[in-house]
Amino acid sequence: MTHSHHVAARTARQLGAGLRALIALTVLCGVLYPLAVTGIAQAAFPGRANGSQLTDAGGRVVGSELIGQRFDLPKKNPDDPEETPVPDLRWFQPRPSAGLTTHGADPRYALLVSGATHLSGDNEVLLRAVRDAKAAVIEDNTAAGYRPTAADVPAEAVTSSGSGLDPHIPPAYAALQVHRVAERNHLAVAEVRALVEAHTDGRILGFVGEPTVNVLWLNVALKALLGTR
Amino acid sequence: MSPVLAGVLQFLALLAALALAYRPLGDYMARVYCSSRHLWVEKWIYRAVGADPSAEMRWPAYLRGVLAFSLAGVLFLYLLQRVQGVLPGSPGFAPIDPDQAFNTAASFVTNTNWQSYAGEQAMGRLVQTCGLAVQNFVSAAVGMAVAVALVRGFAARPGTRGCARTGEAPSHTGPLGNFWADLVRGVVRILIPLSVLGALVLVACGALQNFSGLHEVGQFGGGVQQWHGGAVASQEAIKELGTNGGGYYNANSAHPYENPNGLSNLFEIFLILLIPFALTRTFGRMTGSVRQGYAILAAMATIWTVFTALMMWTEFAHHGPAFEAAGGATEGKETRFGIAGSAIFSVATTLTSTGAVNSFHSSYTGLGGGLDLLGMQLGEVAPGGVGSGLYGMLVMAIVAVFLAGLMVGRTPEYLGKKIGTRQIKFAACYFLITPALVLGFTAAAVALPTPGGSTLNPGPHGFSEILYAYTSGANNNGSAFGGLSADTEWFNTTLGIAMMLGRFLPMVFVLALAGSLAGQGPVPQTAGTLRTHKPLFTGLLVGTVMIVTGLTYFPALALGPLAEGLAS
Repeated sequence: MTHSHHVAARTARQLGAGLRALIALTVLCGVLYPLAVTGIAQAAFPGRANGSQLTDAGGRVVGSELIGQRFDLPKKNPDDPEETPVPDLRWFQPRPSAGLTTHGADPRYALLVSGATHLSGDNEVLLRAVRDAKAAVIEDNTAAGYRPTAADVPAEAVTSSGSGLDPHIPPAYAALQVHRVAERNHLAVAEVRALVEAHTDGRILGFVGEPTVNVLWLNVALKALLGTR
Repeated sequence: MSPVLAGVLQFLALLAALALAYRPLGDYMARVYCSSRHLWVEKWIYRAVGADPSAEMRWPAYLRGVLAFSLAGVLFLYLLQRVQGVLPGSPGFAPIDPDQAFNTAASFVTNTNWQSYAGEQAMGRLVQTCGLAVQNFVSAAVGMAVAVALVRGFAARPGTRGCARTGEAPSHTGPLGNFWADLVRGVVRILIPLSVLGALVLVACGALQNFSGLHEVGQFGGGVQQWHGGAVASQEAIKELGTNGGGYYNANSAHPYENPNGLSNLFEIFLILLIPFALTRTFGRMTGSVRQGYAILAAMATIWTVFTALMMWTEFAHHGPAFEAAGGATEGKETRFGIAGSAIFSVATTLTSTGAVNSFHSSYTGLGGGLDLLGMQLGEVAPGGVGSGLYGMLVMAIVAVFLAGLMVGRTPEYLGKKIGTRQIKFAACYFLITPALVLGFTAAAVALPTPGGSTLNPGPHGFSEILYAYTSGANNNGSAFGGLSADTEWFNTTLGIAMMLGRFLPMVFVLALAGSLAGQGPVPQTAGTLRTHKPLFTGLLVGTVMIVTGLTYFPALALGPLAEGLAS
């Protein structure tokens, strides 16, 4: 046998050993491991393992408490993907999600293709988006006897999150929306403020993460409150 | 409580948790790699492979094992993606194109997990769970095996090997252990048990774990929304623990189903740093001096702490026109993590070879993005990827004792081994490979007309996107300045090559170095020997890392993130 034959044979033998090792480890890590974890997870935390679904007062599933939704008015033409959605100002509004609508192959919110904008801080496009969003937030939230200033608008209200699915807003953004939501729903400001406070989560253990308001959870509670009238 | 104070407390909590796990895990891993016992499941795998797990390998044999196993992984993963349309469990998923399939196969086998596809959109559950997630385990175990082989090279004494057992005739290279045994033990005894625990903690926090596929639920305002179910938490745990970083979803660890709240966020950072830090204890145990391990640990922890502090400072300061208009650098960051939780994650993921992201680095401040780049360019040694961080830092330690030797005119030695011409050549080749790949490919991508128009942002940031891609690929990180349209033939191919060469060429030199050290007898310690377990040496090591690797990239950094950061 020539030297090159010898090398080829040895390479083939080694590759065969590598492939057999891979298959054996695939059984372990690719089949048994996820099965075992899924089994335990489904038994111990079925609600969370299946997506933390949220139901409204009537028992209807309205989404997941972890996945942000839009609260927009119905489209004028539902078949037009280009139509800019208009926020339904009766409900608390989430953060912008520009990454979600421009980066997926499917721009509808229905198929959740998560994503960010990846725009840099010195990009004119982002600067314009921030300025426009800020003006809109001030305009939308102006109610009788209340007009927020630019300094009242938290940064999260005018920037898109990393996933585009951020279910939360900071408490400051919820507070800013209280007057508008009260006015549009003919509720007392104090009543809506109390609702926001009841649905504000502090930092876990007092220092982990940031204080948040879950928008879907808050709107479900708001709807329940309106339903009792 | 101010967000800054909360961030500092989160960092301290992380530090405390890592310190608590350091000794038990480090000692456990040393016992795993030195054990002469085989578990039944391990024996079953050895029989399938046809390998004798007790046979000692010299470095060429060890390397052949590494390469054969990895090549088999690339071929298998490539084929799996190419035929996913006809596989069960992946309805509606099209086969992946050849260039993207090559890129993804190279990416996951090299522990990089660069993704030029959108997770939930492109890859079916079968490919994700039986292909990609498996490489998360085994590529990590390969890195650990190579690190352990190098440690055995240092620990070997004439006629013995690292774990101080049976004798063998001396020669100019020595035995390094058995690759198959190291690989299988790393998976079975270290990665799987820790991943099961980690995955369950993540599910308890709210991470998804089912086999439900496309799932549809009602929405608040009527209509339905859909999401992809799957084995998310189980993949998330090993993705962080094995410093892999490939997300189940496109948004990676920013997606609420991968990283549901502040606590899961801190826990995922803990998982990223756990094994790389603890391996310094394993190193200390196996070489017979835990204090040598502490010196390496101190160098890693110093760089990590300084980078985290700088990142928090620049992100809270939020310089940059759009961030100043918004009142904070929150673009691409999730509300539940905030600035601090994002900054700590971002540093951990780029100082290791992880590349998972909970916030999008392209939308960091100019200097923040620069810190992410520099963290990877240091060679990912603070604490670095599982295994690769330890062997990277040990190579830098060799360079450091060599520099110290030059200053006083003595032949350098480290851990009782003479560092001669041969060892320095291996070390120099090791740390020249990655900069050559990064700078060469970046220059080509910028100079050639091929990839034109693929950057999203204008100006210096556009250049940073390209520099980031090759830095991330060649260092096997996997994170991105995601504005780059990387799913082109040019980027898929060149990044695939950068990932392969950036992973396996350094391993060749590490194993050659290990072999040459294992064949050497110890030199007696004298009054002139540099005390490598003292703070002086830790300082020297940090300086060497910063100067040798950091300075290589200075001109490139000046064109990208520094130009952007200083302008705003």
